[in-house]
Amino acid sequence: MHVYLPIAEISVNIFVLLGLGAGVGMMSGIFGVGGGFLMTPLLIFMGIPAPVAVGTEANQIVASSVSGALAHFRRGNVDLKMGTMLLLGGIIGSTFGVWLFKWLSALGQIELVIRLAYVLFLGIIGSLMMIESVKAIRQTRSPTAGRRKLHEHRWFHGLPFKMRFRRSKLYISALLPLAVGALVGILAAIMGVGGGFIMVPAMIYVLGMPTSVVIGTSLFQIVFVTANVTFLQAYQNQTVDLLLGLFLIVGGVIGAQVGTRVGAKLPGEKMRFLLAAMVVGVCIKMMVDLVSTPADFYSIALAGGH
Amino acid sequence: MRRLLLPALFLVSLWPASAVAEELVADLSDHLVEITMGFEGAELLLFGAVEGEGGGDVVVIVHGPTEDLTVRRKDRVGPIWMNRGEMAFDGVPAFYRVMSTRPLGEWLPDAVRERHQIGIDHLRLPLRGGEPAAESKAFHAALIRRKQAVGHYGEEVGEVKMLAKRLFRTDVAFPTNVPVGNYTVEVFLVQDGTVVSAQTTPLYINKTGVLAEIFSFAHDYSAAYGILAIIFAVLAGLGANAVFRKV
Repeated sequence: MHVYLPIAEISVNIFVLLGLGAGVGMMSGIFGVGGGFLMTPLLIFMGIPAPVAVGTEANQIVASSVSGALAHFRRGNVDLKMGTMLLLGGIIGSTFGVWLFKWLSALGQIELVIRLAYVLFLGIIGSLMMIESVKAIRQTRSPTAGRRKLHEHRWFHGLPFKMRFRRSKLYISALLPLAVGALVGILAAIMGVGGGFIMVPAMIYVLGMPTSVVIGTSLFQIVFVTANVTFLQAYQNQTVDLLLGLFLIVGGVIGAQVGTRVGAKLPGEKMRFLLAAMVVGVCIKMMVDLVSTPADFYSIALAGGH
Repeated sequence: MRRLLLPALFLVSLWPASAVAEELVADLSDHLVEITMGFEGAELLLFGAVEGEGGGDVVVIVHGPTEDLTVRRKDRVGPIWMNRGEMAFDGVPAFYRVMSTRPLGEWLPDAVRERHQIGIDHLRLPLRGGEPAAESKAFHAALIRRKQAVGHYGEEVGEVKMLAKRLFRTDVAFPTNVPVGNYTVEVFLVQDGTVVSAQTTPLYINKTGVLAEIFSFAHDYSAAYGILAIIFAVLAGLGANAVFRKV
């Protein structure tokens, strides 16, 4: 059964969309990530124009993160002050990112930048995660291994505008969460991701937040940043497809619920290794696309500015 | 078939007699293709009749709405491939098909094909500005190749069936990714290397129903559309959570 998408202007199979939503939703439920880094490339691969894939995926991430964010908020796992700082940066970053997306599209370089961003960020995060999880798996086998230091002092701890974040037990410069938020905002707008995979490690390793508030605060920030991307993509570029979003959301929320239950039964270290393998896999796919000789050196696109 | 041909024959009888013995009349089975949510492509029947001594060949051209396209060429920069060169083409038909009773050949002189844009090699694809002809050839060929790859330009000349040298018919197929807009269907009657009669028929391909409403809402009230999309996502996320918590 096919459905014609009003904004993407192509006809796609409903069950493929629902399946895609459920599959990625389940993955995100298991691993606690948004799954945008899988969904957006898959949508583009299906023939959905890249701007529509990015805009609509932002909309889907709003749906998939909101209930998680609320649940963490109720349990008090959100550092509101830190979240607000990250969010401020995120709004600035994503607004700039949506503009950047349009500019790069007009230049004909958006495809290249999307791929480079995936290779770079998934490559770094994926390999770090892999190293970490291999270490963790080894550590569980030999429990005598050393412990991480509670606090390490780095150059960025000397930055001005220090602020106290009571919930995170931190006294750091407000510039840090602003910068992290802005970077993740740009990526959200360009890569069509929530940015949790950058945000969470940045919160732990750069900001030094306790892991108990990391997920909740990250989800809190992602809901608002992806809502901003959704609004701007819809307002400036008209690239949010509600019908495409509907199928992805329906598939996604069901998949996520199933995934959460499955994930609770899996050992943490092995799960992280699997997630790392998936991140590295997407990174390698993008890298191959960049370096392999294209089937046709030429491509066509509607001229912009109309 | 008879049901379709009768109105055509009726039209033939109405056609004014003129000095030229050969006259052509043609029509489409429908002048409006509606793209609905379940759209899976469309096929129209083009039919008509030739009045007079009979004989000759019928050529049908389907032109889509025009669009401005940028053709880009990838080059190797270090290890990666990226777009380096580009050329813009203005007023290019978004859709183009040729159908004929005979494969295009010597019976149809180049001058005639040029004038009526019959055949993909005679399609006018105007370059923006006065760019050099030598370089633009590859871009011109690439434009046609890419349009053919997505099914917007025909790879081959379709067949027009002639019945009893008087009646003709052909099927015009539109893929699911058909560009929306105003089309023209031109029908030419060719005898001894000249076009002796021609007719142009309009055709409209439009989104209708819910699709058209979503599309125009997204474009006319884009801020409200964006807010609605967010509200919808929030409600869907919270709703699903509430449903599953009870399970």
